[in-house]
Amino acid sequence: MLTSEERTEIEAEIAHYEQKQAACIEAMKIVQKHRGWLSDDGIRDVAEIMEMTPAELDSVATFYNLLFRQPVGRHVVMVCDSVSCWIMGYENIRQYLMDKLEIGMGETTQDGRFTLLPICCLGNCDRAPAMMVGEDLHQDLTPEKIDAILEKYA
Amino acid sequence: MPSEKNMERPLTKNIDPDRGPLDLKGYVAAGGYEGARKALTSHQPGDVTELVKNSGLKGRGGAGFSTGMKWSFVPMGEDAPHPKYLVCNADEMEPGTFKDRLLLEGDPHSLIEGMIVAAYAIQADVAYIFLRWGYTHAAGLLRRAISEAEEAGYLGKNIFSSGYNLEMYLHISAGRYICGEETALLSSLEGKRANPRAKPPFPQVSGLFGKPTIVQNVETLCNVHHILNHGVDWYKNLSLTEEGGTKLYGVSGKVKNPGCWELPMGTPVREILEGHAGGMRDGLQFRGLLPGGASTDFLVEEHLDLAMDYATIGKAGSRMGTGTMIVMDDQTCPVGMALNLQQFFAQESCGWCTPCRDGLPHVVKILSAIENGEGRMEDLDKLSAMCKYMGPGNTFCALAPGAAEPLQSALKYFREDFENHIQGKKCPWRN
Ligand SMILES: Cc1cc2nc3c(=O)[nH]c(=O)nc-3n(C[C@H](O)[C@H](O)[C@H](O)COP(=O)(O)O)c2cc1C
Ligand code: SF4
Ligand code: FES
Repeated sequence: MLTSEERTEIEAEIAHYEQKQAACIEAMKIVQKHRGWLSDDGIRDVAEIMEMTPAELDSVATFYNLLFRQPVGRHVVMVCDSVSCWIMGYENIRQYLMDKLEIGMGETTQDGRFTLLPICCLGNCDRAPAMMVGEDLHQDLTPEKIDAILEKYA
Repeated sequence: MPSEKNMERPLTKNIDPDRGPLDLKGYVAAGGYEGARKALTSHQPGDVTELVKNSGLKGRGGAGFSTGMKWSFVPMGEDAPHPKYLVCNADEMEPGTFKDRLLLEGDPHSLIEGMIVAAYAIQADVAYIFLRWGYTHAAGLLRRAISEAEEAGYLGKNIFSSGYNLEMYLHISAGRYICGEETALLSSLEGKRANPRAKPPFPQVSGLFGKPTIVQNVETLCNVHHILNHGVDWYKNLSLTEEGGTKLYGVSGKVKNPGCWELPMGTPVREILEGHAGGMRDGLQFRGLLPGGASTDFLVEEHLDLAMDYATIGKAGSRMGTGTMIVMDDQTCPVGMALNLQQFFAQESCGWCTPCRDGLPHVVKILSAIENGEGRMEDLDKLSAMCKYMGPGNTFCALAPGAAEPLQSALKYFREDFENHIQGKKCPWRN
C-alpha cells in the first residue's frame, strides 16, 4: 500500500497532466525515493493508483535506467563513461572505485552502503572526469579526491 | 569583430559563477520580464512568431531548424485544438554537451521568460520543462523560479492583464538519451516507453496527448525574449555571419582551459579552441574535434579557420550540432574514441528499428576487435558499409545516423590509425 505521504505526492503530480498515466514515471520515482528501489510491491502500488496493470507499468519502468527494479545501496555512485570523461581518464577512476569498494560495476557493497553504476555524460564535460553520488555532482576526479568524497556518505 | 569588452551577451549577462542565479527581484531589476511584457501587451501572437522567424533564430538543440518557422505550423485561431503545449527540452544528454546546464543553473528566470513568449506565440495553455534527472541543482532552482513567477503573476491567469493564461510545470526524467529526441520525449512525458514516433504527423500539429505541441531546446528559448525586447536588427547584428544571435560554445578534452562561452554566432573554430580554451595542454598536439557533441562528424586542422555556424560547418561535411566541441589530442587513440562513442549509442538505442538495434552492437564488436589487435583490413569496409546502413533514411529517428557521423569521419581522417591497429595487432597507445 502507498503511504499517505507517497499518495499525496503522487496526486500532486497527476494534477499536472491531461491524462493520468502521464504521471506514472514521476509516481515511480516518488516511491523509489521513499523506499530506495522499486520492488514488485512498489510496482503494484503505483499501478493501482495509476489505473494501469502491473505488467504495463513494469514495461515502462524497465525502459528507464534510473528506475531501479533491484535493491541498491544507500548511495548510488554513478560514474560518467561518455566520451569527454573517457578522454580525461575515466577508466582509472572506475578502476579505482571498483578496487576501493571491492565490487564490480552494477554491484552493491556487502554493507549496503554503495552501488556502483555507469552513467552517460553528466553535462559536466569541462570538469571531467565526473560522477554523481546520490544527488550530488563531483568533478575533476582523481583517486585522492575520491577517498575524501566517499567518506562523506555514511 | 566586436571587441571582447563591448560585446553583448544576452544569454549570460546575468550569470555570475561567484554567486547563485538572480532571484525574481534581481532579475526584474536587471530588465527581466520586459520582453515577455512587450510580447503579451503589444503584439499579436502571429507577430511574435513573425519576429522570431525574421530574426533567423535556429534551434540550438542540434538540428538548427528555424524556430519561427516551426511555430508557424501550429494551428491558430478559434478552431485550433486545445490545450496546446510548449515543451522545453532540457534533457541535455548528448555526450560532450554542457551548455544548457549553464543557463539552467545560471539564470532560470531567463528560461521561464523565453518560455512565456514562445508559449504566447503559439497560444499554448500548458508548458513543461523536461529536465534530465542528473541536473538536481537546476531542478531546485527551477522549482523556486517557477513559484516566484507564479506569485508575481507572470505565470497563471491573465498574465500582464493581457487575458493570456499559462501553467508551467517541471518534469524530471528517469534517464535514457533517447528521451532528448523530440517525439520520444513526448512519449516519455505521456508516461510511456520513450520510443520515437513516426513523422508526420509533426508534433506542431499532433504532439503531446495528440495536441499541437512545440518542443524547443533550452538555449533556443533563452533567446526569444531578447529578440522581442531589442528587435530583429539588433539580434542579427550580434552575429558575425548570416545566422543571427550569439551562441554558447564549449570545449572539452585535453585543452588548457575547458569551458563554455557565449560568443557571436560564427566565431571561428580556432578562436574558440585557442583563444578561449587556451589551446592544447603542453606537450599535446591537436588531432581533431567533434564540433557539436558525439553525433557530429570530425573536423581536423584544415577546418580550424571555419566559422562556427550551421551553414559553414555543414558545408565542411559535419554539423555544428550543440556547438560544444570535443577535442582529440595525439595521445588519445581515435579507435578507442570511436569505440567509446559507439558503445554509448549501442547502449542508448531504443531498439525500435533494425539498423540501429542490430547495427550498433555489430559496429561495437568490430571496433573492439580492432582496438584489441584482432581486426582485419576488410573490417574497415564493413564499418563503412555499416555507416551507410545506419545513415539517414533507414531509421525511425536520428540516433543511428548521428552515431554514423563520428565513425564515418574517423575512418576518413584517421584511417592510418585504424590500419596501424590492424597491421600491428595492437593499440599503439596502450602498449
Ligand atoms: C537521439 C537524440 C537526442 C536528442 N537530445 C536532445 C537534447 O537532449 N536536447 C535538445 O534540445 N535536443 C535534443 N535532440 C534534438 C531534438 O529532437 C529536437 O530537435 C530539439 O529539441 C528541437 O529544439 P530546437 O529546435 O530548439 O533545437 C535530440 C535528438 C536526437 C535524435
Ligand atoms: S534509430 Fe535507434 S533510437 Fe531511433 S527509433 Fe530507431 S532504434 Fe530507436
Ligand atoms: S562526458 Fe562525462 S560529463 Fe560529459
